Amino acid sequence: MSLRTTVAVVMFSILAVILVATAIQLSFGAPMKTEMDDYIINNTQNQTGTNSGVTTIVFDYRGFDTLGEATILFAAVSGVIMIFRKVKK
Amino acid sequence: MSQMSKIVRTLANITFPFIMIFGLYVIAHGHLTPGGGFQGGAVAASGCIMLLVAYGSAWTYEKIKVSRLSVFESLGALGFIGTAFFGLLFGGYFFNNFLVRTGIIFNVVPETGSTLADFNTAGVLPLMNFAVGVKVIAGLFVIVLVMGLASSVKEWKQ
Repeated sequence: MSLRTTVAVVMFSILAVILVATAIQLSFGAPMKTEMDDYIINNTQNQTGTNSGVTTIVFDYRGFDTLGEATILFAAVSGVIMIFRKVKK
Repeated sequence: MSQMSKIVRTLANITFPFIMIFGLYVIAHGHLTPGGGFQGGAVAASGCIMLLVAYGSAWTYEKIKVSRLSVFESLGALGFIGTAFFGLLFGGYFFNNFLVRTGIIFNVVPETGSTLADFNTAGVLPLMNFAVGVKVIAGLFVIVLVMGLASSVKEWKQ
């Protein structure tokens, strides 16, 4: 076997071990309780006045994440318009 | 892209209003039901793209300008960031939900626990949903429109 094949086999073995180990450790259908879950479930309606917790996380608790997504969309549109523009020769 | 057949155009005409209404419903009720600005905007934009595919880009080029769609896209982004900066102005920090309890609209706070959905809740989240929805509709539509124009229409300007 060449060096390249050996490295590839070793890397894929490590990846497979990591994935299988993670899958075995998690109990199916019963995610771990964390403090963050309880905090959001208990305080969402009182703090932000919203019934939908998902929207609250997306737009309020993690607002900067949504700002980044909007920036990504803006950059994509700018790039597409710039690529397909008319160039004078 | 040239015009497709009469059958496709008629079916696109019939289904277009329903798709747009569903997309706008998902945007408007983003703080009550699953979905929001991004998802509803994607639904409504796919309705517009269906019309573009059915009627061809030359027909669409006569009807609408790319620069106008770009303006709507930028207005959505400015509305989103502007709402966040109003939070900085009124509440003291960026992305502050300043309309809850003290604002004029969307100021009702529901009781903790299982409650009925009230449209007049959630503070600035409906405004942000609307801004992001406008932005996503215009952005996704302008991407497909520019690609169609570049592939078929010879002399197009922005």
